[in-house]
Amino acid sequence: MGKRPAYSNLCKSIEAENFTFTGELEPKKILNLDEIIESAKEMKRTKKIAAANVTDGPQGDAYLSSLVPSYKVQEEAEIEAVWQVTIRDRNRVALFGDVLAGAILGLKNILVLTGDHTALGDHKKGRAVYDIDSTQFCEMLSQMIDDGLDYEGNEIKGGNIEMNFGCVANPNSNPREPEILKVGRKVEQGVDFIQTQTAFDIDEAKDFLKDLEQYNVPVLLGIFPLKSHGIAWYFDNYIPGVSVPKDLLKSLKKAEKENKGNKPAKYAAIDKINIEFFKPFIEEIRKTTKAAGIHCMAVEYERLFEPLLQEFPEYM
Amino acid sequence: MIITQQKDIDEIYEMVKPYDKILIAGCDGCCQPPRSVEEAKVLGQLLELKARSEGKDLKWRAMTVLRQCDDRIAATTVRPYIKDYDAVLSLACGLGVVMLNKVFPDILTFPAQDSHYGGVQNNGNNFYIEYCESCGDCIIGETGGVCPRAGCAKHLSNGPCGGMVDGMCEVGGYTKPCAWVDIWKRLKEFDRLDLFKKYRPPRDYRTSTSPGYLEIHKEYTNEEEKTEEKA
Repeated sequence: MGKRPAYSNLCKSIEAENFTFTGELEPKKILNLDEIIESAKEMKRTKKIAAANVTDGPQGDAYLSSLVPSYKVQEEAEIEAVWQVTIRDRNRVALFGDVLAGAILGLKNILVLTGDHTALGDHKKGRAVYDIDSTQFCEMLSQMIDDGLDYEGNEIKGGNIEMNFGCVANPNSNPREPEILKVGRKVEQGVDFIQTQTAFDIDEAKDFLKDLEQYNVPVLLGIFPLKSHGIAWYFDNYIPGVSVPKDLLKSLKKAEKENKGNKPAKYAAIDKINIEFFKPFIEEIRKTTKAAGIHCMAVEYERLFEPLLQEFPEYM
Repeated sequence: MIITQQKDIDEIYEMVKPYDKILIAGCDGCCQPPRSVEEAKVLGQLLELKARSEGKDLKWRAMTVLRQCDDRIAATTVRPYIKDYDAVLSLACGLGVVMLNKVFPDILTFPAQDSHYGGVQNNGNNFYIEYCESCGDCIIGETGGVCPRAGCAKHLSNGPCGGMVDGMCEVGGYTKPCAWVDIWKRLKEFDRLDLFKKYRPPRDYRTSTSPGYLEIHKEYTNEEEKTEEKA
């Protein structure tokens, strides 16, 4: 980690050289946060997950904004949030205002994203904002955190905000060089950590991590446990650049077919497939790369954390 | 070229429906595809048919203007006709429509086109491609002549984003190239990745804030420099 102090538990855990895990929560079109809080509590109970990402309108859909659930998760589930903020929907004025609001609510991590285009979401006619880009948002956050200033250099009354922030990187990007160079620009603007898009191909992931080593910023490699064949299929087809291995798709389909009508057996079979795939995957990443940890996007699939991570030490 | 697309005939008809006699003005300026007198004539015939199907007799005349956005050309070309008509239908881009409304304030001019962007024609694959959005702050000197504002769906200054797959853009179902990959390829070819790596600060949107007002007449002098030298 650079010269900035670790304000968040996530960054403290990374700094202490724990192999760190983060989870993911996805607020959708909801008025009630009970399920999100329950998922967060389940993550907390594992004692192995440092923080939970809270998504901000993934796939460009109009969902509950991530600010309030991030706060509620911290308050009610007592697990730190990684507040995801895209630059898709807010200009620099609104972003600044929201970050101050997040700071007042005690949020400690921001994950900066460009955000899937509005054209992909459920409000296709909307105007996408993209006033500043994600790299520029990183610069703005550095100014708020390190200097206590807004983006134009005006002082924030009360001084510096105490937060850490990260950016994303895509191990599936092709061509890779522009992606790596782009991450370099963001690192220059002071990111504390990187969380990546999901990886399924271990060799590609290792290569990618190697390419990122030059920046000397902790990387949490993204994985996406597959809760069902339907989700895996959707991910394979609709998430930019992600392809799920055909064998995995096939075995999930088979497990669902063989255990039709028997929910517990189906769940057990699916969990087994995921554990058999991801456990050695995580182990290999931990042993053979400099990755700081794993960002486990097991959205609404928290039951997997316990068996998947049982051999990793508790540290929270 | 200014890339325009003709509005749906029903929409055009709704605009001119209240009028009995319309002047249809093409434009020989930068509109692409061409919107000249032939196109104006075809539109007149279509509107006439449409009117007839509603039992109405619509009179029209088609003509064209060298450039509708030039106030003097527009005035001299259109003035001889305009007194005989109730409304004007313009086939020009938005600028031409605005200009006819300005030059002839006593008659309403309606748009027959939707104006899209500053683009070029690529006959090879049947596309008009947007290459310039007239942002007032040109940076293509840093990006190998490829504009990331007109060419990137997210107008990124520091791309590519995570929506790039195999060099294509997530917007439009991966059918259009990612401008940032094109920029990378081009700069790499000239061994100028230093420009690619460069961080670009936020855009100053004052250069494209509406309404735009730029002075036409300017003065130049070297007197100030001389005064400074003396001091």
